[in-house]
Amino acid sequence: MSTEVDPRVYVLETRDVSKSFGAVKAIDQLSISILREWITCIVGPNGSGKSTLINLLSGLLPLDGGIVVVDNVGLRVVKAHDSPDHGITRTFQEVRLFDQISVWDNIMVVLTERRVFPALLERTKPDHKVEAERILKSVGMWEKRDAMAQDLSYGQRKLLEIGRAMAMDVQIYLFDEPFAGLFPRMLEQVKSILKEMREQERSIVFVSHNMDIVRELSDHLFVLDSGALLAAGEVEEVLGRSTVIDAYLGN
Amino acid sequence: MSIASAPIRGLQEVARDPRSWWRRSKGSVELWANLIVLGWALVFMLWRGGGFAVTVGSVFAIWAVLAVSLNLVVGYTGLLSVGHIGFFGIGAYAMAVLTSSASYEQLRTEAIPTFGWPFFAALPISVVLAGLVALVVGIAFNRFRDDIYVLVSFGFAVIAFTTFLSWRSLTRGAFGIHQVARPAIGPLVFDGELEFLALLLVFLGLAVLISWLIVTSSFGRVLTAIREDEEAIEVFGYRTTHYKLAIWVISAMMAGLAGALLASWSTFIDPNSFVLLESVLLVSIVILGGLASIWGSLLGALAFVMLEEGMRFVPFLPSEFIGQIRQVILGILLVLLMLFRPQGLVGRFKL
Repeated sequence: MSTEVDPRVYVLETRDVSKSFGAVKAIDQLSISILREWITCIVGPNGSGKSTLINLLSGLLPLDGGIVVVDNVGLRVVKAHDSPDHGITRTFQEVRLFDQISVWDNIMVVLTERRVFPALLERTKPDHKVEAERILKSVGMWEKRDAMAQDLSYGQRKLLEIGRAMAMDVQIYLFDEPFAGLFPRMLEQVKSILKEMREQERSIVFVSHNMDIVRELSDHLFVLDSGALLAAGEVEEVLGRSTVIDAYLGN
Repeated sequence: MSIASAPIRGLQEVARDPRSWWRRSKGSVELWANLIVLGWALVFMLWRGGGFAVTVGSVFAIWAVLAVSLNLVVGYTGLLSVGHIGFFGIGAYAMAVLTSSASYEQLRTEAIPTFGWPFFAALPISVVLAGLVALVVGIAFNRFRDDIYVLVSFGFAVIAFTTFLSWRSLTRGAFGIHQVARPAIGPLVFDGELEFLALLLVFLGLAVLISWLIVTSSFGRVLTAIREDEEAIEVFGYRTTHYKLAIWVISAMMAGLAGALLASWSTFIDPNSFVLLESVLLVSIVILGGLASIWGSLLGALAFVMLEEGMRFVPFLPSEFIGQIRQVILGILLVLLMLFRPQGLVGRFKL
């Protein structure tokens, strides 16, 4: 037996988490553990509960049962506005930007003061500007900063949303299908952003249907089916299991 | 950055290179809206003379304070409230009740207590009272949004009007309250129309300044994000209910200020000034001028006031129809606007 301490530290866990919509059990007593500073991928057929899981973890939907563990604290209720305090931020499957404000303000708005009264007195701060400029340049959106978010192309919107999440500067990033519908050039861009974030010791969870990208990026894989965990582990090994292949081909 | 500074930036551009500016802007609706409304107002005032300008200016200033305040809620935060007239009324009634010095025994109608406070003592009370009511109403309203918000705010306007009409021991109901005090600072009494206009413009300037400071602050940026996607901005750590409540109360206090000014300016108020229709007109002004644009609200209020005054001079139009025809024209304008220019005359944001 090795005396070496397991270097894999869990940054986010769910324990017996459930969520139903009417009679449909979207998530059924799911327990998973997300590893710190790794890229974790969640795959599964349509309707397997991937987006629901991300919505539960970010507080967009209330938990029906079970707990979410963040930093060794178990939470029965995750409030959306508390999720950055838990070190969590996210993107959405359907891009959700603040459409009728500028690209610049879309980034600035997540950098500034949260409390109401200090925010009333806060004017644009130089360090916020520096940070917004850095983010916009890193997602290649600096030239577009004065455009309204709604006037961007689909790919640009996707990138801006990832930039907005990066601006949050937290530990855990939940990306809901960050690669869907992107052209190869932007696909590479998003891939390199994710890799770079891993090098900066961030923990990333992403949902994807693109198996090539899943193989390339993920350090750890969860396969969901009908709201339950079908398989978990190292990517190639999991994708080779017959149960996993059946779940995909069976649908 | 802000839309409020757009006119200033525009003027700088004109000064720098008038020719290229004209080439670029001659097709701009924004420019023509500004030119037509301002030009129309100017021509009318020159033609009708000083007295007319002072009266129209006063009516404009009161509507403009209201429109600017409502724009904070409707345009910037995206809460379509049609109940704002309620706070306007609360401000007006607080001012009227506190400062009226009428002796109702002589009028042989219902008597209400008279306090006879000076204007500047009652003003803060009017503003704070409107804010307090807004706080209570806002806490109840916070769970609603979109179309439901329109309905509940509609309900508030109805309740407010009914209260003004029926709480006769305080408001004298349909009789109205007479002899509301005019402002006075020491020996300086604002009893002339011109002096009062100056005071109104000072308060309008104050309302514009406060609104501008709000919408250009970090707080203001969050309001626009709430308007665009409330759920999304919440995920980034904002308690949107607090933000909505804060702007709601601030806006209601400004409306209360406008109401107090109206009461003192006209020295008489009755519930007719606070009917739901006035509230709908107010929303129309804000949309007509441009959502999320302070300048738009000023322009919208001016256009609205000039529309009424302008129609007095249309030949063969009996004067008793002017009020109704103005509403018809306003309605037609709104329909056309929604069809061809949903962002309003000078706005950026579409409803």
